[in-house]
Amino acid sequence: MAGSRLRRLGSLLGSLIAAGVAIALLALASWWLLLAAVLLLALWTLVTRIGRQAWSVTEVGLATIPQRLGACSVVVVGIAGVVAVLVALLAMAGGFEATLKQSGSDDTAIVMRAGAQTEINSVLDHDSAGLAAQAPQVLRTAQGQPIASPELVVVAALPKKSNGLDANVEIRGVGERAWSLRPDVRIIAGRRFGPGLRELIVGNGARGQFVGLDPGSTLKLNGQIWTVVGAFESGDAHDSELWADTDVVAATYRRGSSTASVTVRLTGADAFDAYKAALASDPRLTVDVKTTRAYYTDQSAALAKLIRVLGITVAAIMAIGAVFGALNTMYAAVATRSREIATLRAIGFRAVPVIVSVLLETMLLALLGGLLGAALTWLVFNHYTVSTLGSNFTQVVFAFQVSAAVLWTGLKWALAIGLIGGLFPALRAARLPVTAGLREL
Amino acid sequence: MKYLQLIWTAMFRRKTRTIFTLLSVLAAFLLFGLLDSVRSAFANAASSVAGVDRLVTVSRISFTLPLPKSLLPRIQALPGVAQVTYANWFGGVYQDPKNFFANEAVADNFLDLYPEWLLSAAERTAFRNTRTGAVVGESLAEKYHWKLGDKIPLQATIYPQKVGGNAWAFDLVGIYRAADPKRKSQENALFFNWDYFDEARAFGNGNVGWYVLKVSDRELAQQVAQAVDALSTNSDHETKTQTEQAFNAAFVSQFGDIGLIVGAIMGAVFFTLILLTGNTMAQAVRERIPELAVLKTIGFSNHSVLALVLAESVLLIVLGGAIGLALAGVVVDAVRAAVGTGVPMTRVGGAIWLRGAGLMVLIGLIVGALPARRGMRLRIVDALAGR
Repeated sequence: MAGSRLRRLGSLLGSLIAAGVAIALLALASWWLLLAAVLLLALWTLVTRIGRQAWSVTEVGLATIPQRLGACSVVVVGIAGVVAVLVALLAMAGGFEATLKQSGSDDTAIVMRAGAQTEINSVLDHDSAGLAAQAPQVLRTAQGQPIASPELVVVAALPKKSNGLDANVEIRGVGERAWSLRPDVRIIAGRRFGPGLRELIVGNGARGQFVGLDPGSTLKLNGQIWTVVGAFESGDAHDSELWADTDVVAATYRRGSSTASVTVRLTGADAFDAYKAALASDPRLTVDVKTTRAYYTDQSAALAKLIRVLGITVAAIMAIGAVFGALNTMYAAVATRSREIATLRAIGFRAVPVIVSVLLETMLLALLGGLLGAALTWLVFNHYTVSTLGSNFTQVVFAFQVSAAVLWTGLKWALAIGLIGGLFPALRAARLPVTAGLREL
Repeated sequence: MKYLQLIWTAMFRRKTRTIFTLLSVLAAFLLFGLLDSVRSAFANAASSVAGVDRLVTVSRISFTLPLPKSLLPRIQALPGVAQVTYANWFGGVYQDPKNFFANEAVADNFLDLYPEWLLSAAERTAFRNTRTGAVVGESLAEKYHWKLGDKIPLQATIYPQKVGGNAWAFDLVGIYRAADPKRKSQENALFFNWDYFDEARAFGNGNVGWYVLKVSDRELAQQVAQAVDALSTNSDHETKTQTEQAFNAAFVSQFGDIGLIVGAIMGAVFFTLILLTGNTMAQAVRERIPELAVLKTIGFSNHSVLALVLAESVLLIVLGGAIGLALAGVVVDAVRAAVGTGVPMTRVGGAIWLRGAGLMVLIGLIVGALPARRGMRLRIVDALAGR
């Protein structure tokens, strides 16, 4: 008696370890590794005798699915839920990260006052801004002008379309060479603002989130009337901004001749270190310089990580629930088919085909659930646009990105849940005593 | 109550299945507890009862823009204003930008407007009399192991010193406690003296970040707010005055609709849960049809059979749900202990339990409805014959 209990404990421990190893492999697996495994499995079912047996047992199992639709849908829907939540939150984190990351590049650099981590905290006097633009590492136009844009970031509260409450929108004053600094910015309606005029152009994201930003409308900023003359699209964080002439913004917000930052185009990505060293060694300057890629990546890191951790935590807890749902269903399936399985064993089928068939059936149901969840999220959330508070205390508009990598992660989770949910019932099926099974009604 | 034994036995007729179902329910309500704790934390931040008689005046354009200090005597002179104070966001960094906490320069009467933060009279006087003095909340002091008398260095991100450099240092002279233990998160702040700040900062001197007003009568809040804003109408520094509550709510809503996100996740979780436990209950009743028929034969009415099955499904969900919520409470406490009380999670208290209990009973009834109806409607003859 004690021996059999020990053996049962041993086999339980063994299958737990097997499940752990399988999940670890699955987590690390790239798509081609999995494809190879599927091909190998197919080959095995076609070529070897045991493989053919396993396939025919699986076929019988799959054929009975319509009779237990309710129970099987528990596996499918449970896993679809896990995958949907996971994919949605990962897509949200990915979209936010991508929006900010695309805003920067390695061959443009941003100069701010030393210690300021964001532009809203930075004040750069006119002389420093000029010095930073004149360094030899800054690319020049054909006329010999440095491609640099002294910029000023201010904030205005405007009502949001979604709830009518005031939220902060970022107004960026840009210099005349901002257009060659950021070639991605395209005017999609109206025209550029005129230098020296109280004119604004609005980013497409801001236009979608806030009331009254269509070209032709006017808005009051610090007591002065401004006209929206155009809309632009850049596909990154600048889409959440309103752009105007730096000097006019500075006058409206009484900033004198100071700006918040200077963004420059370098002669190449490799010139950054020399540029940084040049500014650091100039005793007239107390500034920090970063590539714009580093600047925007830093801004997205914390929130993207938070959303990812949240997504994985929530999905892991849901996965626990889904695993038990799958276990219930598959144990019930094995129990109702115990007579059939015992018959197979009696006429000479071995244990392996039985194990494989139950496992394969669960994995197929799990795959179906994973595909369902992923497809649902893709349909509902791909390019779904939301906004949140960015580091300048203003709204950053971004879209969910349901990328192939995120979908793949979701499918791997589905397969892992299916694996655990199927493994234990499969082992139970293989251990079913033949005589008892045959006697069962 | 006398049937509890019967229901209990029926529930554990298939031990493995019931335990697995219980574990699924447990996972669902663990998630509910955690997410509702986060949601409540944001909702609480938006509706602090303590701030109802306080108004906040910020720049109409954005709360990041400064206001002139010359407004102070004019606001003070308005009828209905009991007290006015002012403060400025400092945004200093302690050691590493990851160690975020609020730090503000405040006027000498600032703490008088916040009676819900307890500071001893001696420490209050010390704060007033020490130019470079600072007070911090108890939670923050515990997190960084600060004691009275310590020097706290902060690296400025906005305001460099007039003499150059970003290094500021403050002497810790007081530690305040939140009177309401539920609002421990308000202890994650550092306040220091306005005079030191205004004299030493390189720019912005003579401007304040925002004003806080205490109204003499709560009913007057709306009128006072309008009167304050009227002071600066058509000037170059128009103001926006609102209750502290409304100000906080507007700020929180800018992060995004947290309620909606939590609601969507919980919708997916409970939909799955209903399907899963519904399937379990249907299986359980299907297996027991002959037994239910026997119950009817020995005199149980149709309605008692209905009640028995319903009670079983409610009991199943309540049992799993209660363990799940209790576990959520433990997890939340552990996270708060590890990360600090600044983490946006409220303790799993009465309100969350009440909402959870309501959901448990509701889901239990939904899940049990169809199987219970089947049990109620079955005819003894057919059921006993196995038809």
